Amino acid sequence: MAEPLLEARGISKRFGHVQALDGADFSAFAGEVVALIGDNGAGKSTLVKTLSGTIRPDSGEIILEDARVHLSSPLDAQRRGIETVYQDLALAPDLDAAANLHLGRELYLIPFLKVLDRKTMRDRATAAFADLGVELPDVRAPVVTLSGGQRQSVAVARAVSYASKVIFMDEPTAALGVVQRGRVLDTMRRVAARGIAVILISHNMPEVLAVADRIEVLRLGRRVARYDAKATSVEELVGAMTGALAMHGGEGGE
Amino acid sequence: MTADAPGPGAGPPSGGPEQVVQAPGSAPPAPPDHGGGPATRRGTAAAAASRLLKRLATANESWTLLALIILMGYFTAAAPGKFLTLTDLGYIATNAAALLVMAVGQTFVIITAGIDLSVGFVLVLSGVVAGEYYLHHGGIHAGWGVILIGAALGVATGCAWGAMQGFLVAKAKVPPLIATLGGLGAAEGISYLITGGSDLRSVPQRLVNTIGFGDVGGVRWLIIISFAVALIFGLILAYTRFGRYTYAIGSNPEAARRAGVGVDRHLIKVYALQGLLSGVAGMMSLAYFETTSIAGHPTDNLTVITAVVLGGASLFGGRGSMLGTVIGLFIPATLQTGLVILGVNQYWQYAAIGMVLVAAVYLDQFRRRLRERT
Repeated sequence: MAEPLLEARGISKRFGHVQALDGADFSAFAGEVVALIGDNGAGKSTLVKTLSGTIRPDSGEIILEDARVHLSSPLDAQRRGIETVYQDLALAPDLDAAANLHLGRELYLIPFLKVLDRKTMRDRATAAFADLGVELPDVRAPVVTLSGGQRQSVAVARAVSYASKVIFMDEPTAALGVVQRGRVLDTMRRVAARGIAVILISHNMPEVLAVADRIEVLRLGRRVARYDAKATSVEELVGAMTGALAMHGGEGGE
Repeated sequence: MTADAPGPGAGPPSGGPEQVVQAPGSAPPAPPDHGGGPATRRGTAAAAASRLLKRLATANESWTLLALIILMGYFTAAAPGKFLTLTDLGYIATNAAALLVMAVGQTFVIITAGIDLSVGFVLVLSGVVAGEYYLHHGGIHAGWGVILIGAALGVATGCAWGAMQGFLVAKAKVPPLIATLGGLGAAEGISYLITGGSDLRSVPQRLVNTIGFGDVGGVRWLIIISFAVALIFGLILAYTRFGRYTYAIGSNPEAARRAGVGVDRHLIKVYALQGLLSGVAGMMSLAYFETTSIAGHPTDNLTVITAVVLGGASLFGGRGSMLGTVIGLFIPATLQTGLVILGVNQYWQYAAIGMVLVAAVYLDQFRRRLRERT
């Protein structure tokens, strides 16, 4: 493959006495699903928050499309085409699906008065859901009345609608049933096929092996291994995560 | 950025690229594993009808409107020809005018999951500031120029007071209950300090004769102003970005923040709006009572909050509507007038309103559970 679309080099971040990231590397290529795995406390969340603009690293650099970037906020990251589906989904439960999809990016009927164009936003939401193969009974129903899977779909649809380069998905299937889980994984493949880098953060090893092209393993704040998903196993991944296994399959240094 | 981003961003998923992706993909657009697909289609008509019923049953205004209609029906039946006359309605609406203006602001505040206890006292402070200005600029004989400047000073005072409380809530993270309770005390204290404890009666006659007691085609100015304010801000709440962000912040402030909404700034604006409207109410009260009535508004805050909650707004934020608030405000007013006409001791109304308020919040909780179970 060519150069990575998004790359982290030597990212370090310390919170008080805790060294959350200790020179961590990470790379994601256009059009692939890459899984980021690691034990609790390995630094996954911190790394994702750094790459989505929530946390500023103490040192290290972030390269997006061959250019060094400083992500000053999640909004800044979004402007650069990096979206995140948060584990808690970050939806406003009293607003409907269309309103959630456009939150912070409203369309206007009368821009001067900031009068919302509700019809166009509804139509776009309907189209975005149809795109994901999701049928919502009513895009005007408050999100709180939707099922867990449907809420998940709203969050995913929002990220997919705006991400032009990278999507982070933090434990996207943790709260889902089997059928819905399959749909989300299916969606990830389809989004990647558009040339977007999809980064999956998950604890579920069989799921990671099923959906990801590549897998990168974090341990104690650094990348300790990279695997091709087709050529590895759950045992090997667990071994790398816990440090029980000697590193092979490619240590962090390129 | 917010205005431009959706165009290029939202376009692709509904347009071309997806089609290209679909072809090589193994799954057709409507996968068979779609949760409940066939079942939904079979019972579409029944489902639509039950959805409509459910929406009506859980709609914020339905219950409140029903309660108001029952009240009015009862009083009309109990005292035929006495209740619900035009004079009555005019009387009720005039008395409620200043309260309605403050309730409009409170609706925004409560939808953000906040509360503003200071309203009646900011009303007084605004009136005192304007009254003090009138006192030194011609008093009851003051002309329109002085009246306007005084009104602007009063309203600006309210707005600044509200903005200060909003700052405490949004930036200093002081809970709204405490921030506005502090604001309440300070506003009351300053009102007494400015006036030395005695009400100012320096209200210009021109103001009293127009806004206070004048009418247009038989409708009191006070009523016109209050309903115009409710209409304008009702539209803003329902149809503009300002309203949408108000709901979003009350619903999930963290989600709003992550979506790029300036949550702190918006909260300050909402509290400033409440202050501004309290200032407007202050000028209306000044014109109507011809005095600053410093001690006359101790329970305005409770009346206003009761109205908003009766109107279906949730104290947990995210829900409420202007129509609901208007209906909610007129329930206590109707009850009061009705009880007077029936000759019942009118103090019963306080007990009745108390019970209705608790019942309304209980109902809100009940509806919330009902909705979340679906």
